[in-house]
Amino acid sequence: MSVTRQAHPAQGAAELPEATRLRLFQLQVEIRHTEKRAYDLFLQNLVKGTSHLALGQEAVAAGFAAAMNKDDYTFCTYRGHHHTLARGASMQAVLGELMGRQCGLMKGKGGSMHLTSVAHGVMGSYAIVGAHLPIAAGAAWSAQYRGTKQVAVAFFGDGATNIGAFHEALNLAAVWKLPVIFCCENNMYMEYTPISAVTAVKHPAADRAGSYGLPRQVIDGNDADIVYSTARDAIAKARSGGGPSLIECLTYRHSGHSRADPAKYRPKEELEEWMKRDPVALYRGRLLAAGIAEAALAKIEAESMARLDQATEAAKASPTPALESAMTDVWADGGNAWRN
Amino acid sequence: MAQLSYRDAVAAGIAQEMRRDERVVLFGEDTAAAGGVFKTTVGLFEEFGPRRVKDTPISELAILGAAMGAAMTGLRPVAEIMFSDFLACCWDYVANEIAKTRYMSDGQITLPLVIRTANGAGSRFGAQHSQSVENWAMAIPGIKVVAPSSPADAKGLLASAIRDPDPVLFFEHKSLLANKGEVPDGEHVEPLGKARVLRTGADATIIALAAMVPRAEKAADALAAEGIKATVIDVRSLVPLDAKTILVESARTGRVFTVEENPRLCGWGAEIASIVQEEIFSSLKGPIIRITTPHVPLPSADQLEDAVIPTVARIVAEVKRGLGR
Repeated sequence: MSVTRQAHPAQGAAELPEATRLRLFQLQVEIRHTEKRAYDLFLQNLVKGTSHLALGQEAVAAGFAAAMNKDDYTFCTYRGHHHTLARGASMQAVLGELMGRQCGLMKGKGGSMHLTSVAHGVMGSYAIVGAHLPIAAGAAWSAQYRGTKQVAVAFFGDGATNIGAFHEALNLAAVWKLPVIFCCENNMYMEYTPISAVTAVKHPAADRAGSYGLPRQVIDGNDADIVYSTARDAIAKARSGGGPSLIECLTYRHSGHSRADPAKYRPKEELEEWMKRDPVALYRGRLLAAGIAEAALAKIEAESMARLDQATEAAKASPTPALESAMTDVWADGGNAWRN
Repeated sequence: MAQLSYRDAVAAGIAQEMRRDERVVLFGEDTAAAGGVFKTTVGLFEEFGPRRVKDTPISELAILGAAMGAAMTGLRPVAEIMFSDFLACCWDYVANEIAKTRYMSDGQITLPLVIRTANGAGSRFGAQHSQSVENWAMAIPGIKVVAPSSPADAKGLLASAIRDPDPVLFFEHKSLLANKGEVPDGEHVEPLGKARVLRTGADATIIALAAMVPRAEKAADALAAEGIKATVIDVRSLVPLDAKTILVESARTGRVFTVEENPRLCGWGAEIASIVQEEIFSSLKGPIIRITTPHVPLPSADQLEDAVIPTVARIVAEVKRGLGR
């Protein structure tokens, strides 16, 4: 599967204002830095459990987040650090959650696979493949019902396109004309198996769009400008009552499926080709070519790293959660009582 | 007081809540225009219109997923899963998503939603449309489980479930739908987590749920005719469980019987038996006896179905055996 950059007519990308482009660059840099730090912390045995890094997929998160309104809804998968950060959750709260600390987004009760920050519109990260697509449709229905003009975006991997919830959500969203965008991050592999080996169509998301009366959209998910302008258009359509969109972003994860996976199943040439298309490096080069000063980019990078170092130290210094918290918040009254 | 059927009481409960709270919405398969395959939502589409009362595709994942997404963003959805057996199709949402998200999000997300579903035997529908699955649900931390036995409770407990800030799985029993009973006029709300003592007697405590409640009462009548006085408790809500009432009434007689429609293993009565023996062991005068459907899938033929679901005669026989009478 090679990247077909002509697949989307996002030619307006070149006209993006400089402030938007710098924002897209900054988001990608912050995600890249934080994901690498998460990996380092794992090697130091400070991140327990599992984690699914989005290294290589930063452009999708940056492009969408920059196009969304503050009160729009994001629904992520277990590979959701990038979206959570892009919507504005702090590095410390994300790393703290990975490390099981009191300062974590959910104070250690959810972990890497369930990052949630309602204050930033991140309505949860869902670890059962495909489960959040109908949930996002429900949030979109609620927005439509309440007349708030909010939009919901569900991000999911290529593997989710073969599960029933994907199809049920697409159909319901189309029938009820819901303000929801289904964004497939097609990184070509489920866990170990290539999606192409187990899917009846070439483009696992986009080639199904016609079944639900939706246009087929395949875009270069490593190009933040293209992602941003595609997201902006789909969001505008949803906000104005035009119904759902399904967008397939072609991308690649630089690391394995999870921390336990060295990803040896990937052909060397394929990995090399995609590393050449590293979204962060690609975007940096584009901004330089557009006349933005090297110093301006270096400053963004240095500031991101400084913030990350500070966040890492703060997360490390944060206490572990009080043991009593394991027994709280089963119910809305804050408790866990199931009997009197 | 008005005489209402159990099925009309369900619709009345939903209507009562929809009138007072614009956030309440209702949806499911054949729920809107058709009034529900069990006619438990008749008139609601006409009164509240297609914006608030919606038909869905046969998509149980989408139904519960949409309910969850709507609940976390400000609505109070009432979702219908036509037969409780079909909960198996969307169990991920019950067990993994709806029940756990409040906890996992450290309280950031609250899910005030109700899943209504037709439960239980009596319609001769066979093994995939007749099960009593309330014991599946009570095994999952984070979801409330309610099963009314009377029209008044169908309305009052459903109203409470809709107002509750937590997710509630609400089991409407198919064999009770045509039963009529007094339902209080005006606003009627019954709190969750309260068992009801239907009668008291000194010789035995019979604890029942949903369709087993009227059978337990008839059994108590028959036992009374033979000089055995039984207390009958309608559990009404498995989660939260009114353990206090059960313990007090069990200690009073020292002879405890549960009547459960669910199959034997891990039925709700097993948890009650465990609580009773652990907390009031010295008050017991004999073993706790569970009267359940045997551990088989449900057969279809009427004679076979009647042979496995606890009957009045079987309850009477088991209580007498337990008491050595």
